Amino acid sequence: MSTITASLGTDRVRWLRPTLTVLVAAAVAVGAPFYFAPFQVFQLTMVLVYAVALSGLNLLTGFGGQISLGHGAFFAAGAYTAAVMLDRYDTSHLATLPAAAAGCFLLGLGFGVPALRLRGLYLALVTLSFAVFLPPLLKRLEPVTGGSMGLTVNKMQPPAWSGLAEDQWMYFVVLAVTAVALLLARNLLRSRVGRALLAVRDNESAAEVMGVRLSLHKTLAFAWSAMFAGVAGCLYTWVIGFVSPDSFSFVLSITLLAGLVVGGLGSLYGPLLGAAFVMYVPSVSQDVSEAAPGVVFGLLIITVMFVAPTGLAGLPGRVLGAVARRPPRTTAALDRMPEAESAPDAEPESQALSGPSETHTPADPAVVDAEPVGAPPRTEKE
Amino acid sequence: MRKTTALRAAAAATAALLTATACSSQRGQDAQDTTAGGACKGQQTTGITDKTIKLGGIYPLSGPASAYGTISKGVAAYFSHVNDKGGIDGRKVEFVVRDDGYQPPKAVEEARRLVEQEKVFAVFQTLGTPSTAAVWDYLNKQKVPQPFVATGASAWGTGDQHPWTIGWQPNYVAEARVYAKYLKDARPKAKVAVLYQNDDFGKDLLGGFKKAVAGSGVKVVAEESYEVTDPSVSAQMASLARSKADVLLDVTTPKFGSQALAADAKNTKWNPLHIVNNVASSAAVLKPVGFKNVQGVVSATYFKDPADPQWAADPEMKAYKDALHKYAPDADPANQFNAYGWAVASSLHQALDAMKCPTREGLRDAVRSLKDVKVGMLLPGVTMSTGHGDAFPLETMQLMRFKGERWQLFGKPVDTRKEFGPAAK
Repeated sequence: MSTITASLGTDRVRWLRPTLTVLVAAAVAVGAPFYFAPFQVFQLTMVLVYAVALSGLNLLTGFGGQISLGHGAFFAAGAYTAAVMLDRYDTSHLATLPAAAAGCFLLGLGFGVPALRLRGLYLALVTLSFAVFLPPLLKRLEPVTGGSMGLTVNKMQPPAWSGLAEDQWMYFVVLAVTAVALLLARNLLRSRVGRALLAVRDNESAAEVMGVRLSLHKTLAFAWSAMFAGVAGCLYTWVIGFVSPDSFSFVLSITLLAGLVVGGLGSLYGPLLGAAFVMYVPSVSQDVSEAAPGVVFGLLIITVMFVAPTGLAGLPGRVLGAVARRPPRTTAALDRMPEAESAPDAEPESQALSGPSETHTPADPAVVDAEPVGAPPRTEKE
Repeated sequence: MRKTTALRAAAAATAALLTATACSSQRGQDAQDTTAGGACKGQQTTGITDKTIKLGGIYPLSGPASAYGTISKGVAAYFSHVNDKGGIDGRKVEFVVRDDGYQPPKAVEEARRLVEQEKVFAVFQTLGTPSTAAVWDYLNKQKVPQPFVATGASAWGTGDQHPWTIGWQPNYVAEARVYAKYLKDARPKAKVAVLYQNDDFGKDLLGGFKKAVAGSGVKVVAEESYEVTDPSVSAQMASLARSKADVLLDVTTPKFGSQALAADAKNTKWNPLHIVNNVASSAAVLKPVGFKNVQGVVSATYFKDPADPQWAADPEMKAYKDALHKYAPDADPANQFNAYGWAVASSLHQALDAMKCPTREGLRDAVRSLKDVKVGMLLPGVTMSTGHGDAFPLETMQLMRFKGERWQLFGKPVDTRKEFGPAAK
């Protein structure tokens, strides 16, 4: 494999690299539920669920530069939409997905309005209030939400023709939704919307001068982001089969944000790594120390942020950069962005050095004095 | 050329992966589930052998409810103590504790880990109503016993959808009945003001109380609720004071219990009989208020308080303190939660002894046919009983009144089964 990866950087086979990566990833993803025990398949399923939520938050924070501490609430809204539909109206599982997505999109649109006037920590506080007030509200609306006892709903059953176990079927359904969601996020970022978002994050005034409609794009970013969280919430209900207000305390919102930062802000696959971190590290830290798992978890977060300030997604790039005895080329990262993939000024040599898993850290233009809030920390420049 | 090389490599990688899948799949673990022969033919013996028995528990060792996590230490100390004496019926107990941080999704994950990976015989205790509600469907589907859950919601004993799950501590409805009986006897014309937490716990207790006093001279004249997220209950207390009730039923969790007791002590114009529910009756709640301010407060309990000197010479209490000292030196023996863990673990010991077959089915049936089982850590007169249509092991509680610097038991244990019949569905 090493000879292949080494040769992948050249122009001739550049198209092959993504194809190959996708092929291998797909093979691993499809093979996994046949290899792992049901319990581990369940864990993988949860990783995918969180990955969807994180990729939504990534749109807003990583690419949009706005901080939200309320995504746990959008997650909860999606989960409850699905649970209430399943419980009260006996709809099919699949029907709950568009409802949760649309509902959360509208909710996010509404919450995008304060995003127009507030920024940074002030916006974070407004969204935090949403996360704090939703669980008590869910408790009060007992006739619909089942109050604090929550709602238990039926899980999705595998159809007879598939011959799969429940956990495997669940995994494949979630995998399909996740794949579509991640693809959507990727395409969204490669569209006008994504470019506008990046421009707004890096310099609002400049973006406005360039003709980007600030209000529209900031609100839309919130709406899209909330929609992803809602879809993740809906998947959560399918997988867990139980919702209660205590499942969605504001700690969830903070966990999501922490997961995203650890995974890698503004990276396309950072959410996947972040989701795995959120899912596995608490149990690992419990194995390390039964007395104080929280302390170990906290220390691990600090370690990751210290070793990889750009998140786990940026780690391979940094390591390879260090190995090659040259600082990581964050400024060259733009040519990894899709629209610049075939840019003639891209340096094949540097790409070959950093290998296939080079960071997707977004471009860091010359606005040195105005560090955008959600942008990943800068590494030193050449 | 390179293109084909890359494609070949991809194909090879895929092939290797599929081979690995076929050869060493970890899914084969399913096959390890075992069943019994003989008289117990076909029943599940996963997690239990002639020499060992494996139990799993899910507690909030971290997070907002981590104070309860110490229950697992009391449980673990009991099992270590029993193992040193030869185990339960010759079987050494292995007790696996997992942390759910009081989060339902984490509880589901841990339950699956215990059942599918650790292959436990039973999930002995999940803590808290949300976590328990999140996993009981799964455990019942898997036919894994979930005995003696650490929550007092009445849901665990009503309904017949979940035969594998059963509670242990007196449920909130039973507790409410104890207070109702006391008021009916001692203050038949009482006007009661109720402060309650707006969740299943508060509503269960309030509902049970209203039902139990229905038709008697005891009337609920005012009720105020608060949210767990509220900073204080002073506004609610002020509005309850205006009702001029002569009894205050205080259905709160520790933090709010302290606040309500303090507010009551401060208001010298309103001096109702203050009944504080069991959850908020620990010394940790009363101490900050000042013992002189909580004289005469009434509550109810069912197991021996390790801090109470009257049990100092009690053999079970001595065994408990020695074992805790030996196996969990960092745990405070005077902490009621440790004693709770000890009591519930020894209750499980009794149930395991009573199994007709050493199988999961055997345990399921055993915990549902307990007949006046005595447990050393429980108060005299409090025994475990279950039977057809009665899935609440403990329904007897003892009233106590605060005097001097500690609780003093008074009256006879109140058996709510005899007084009120089975808890309503």
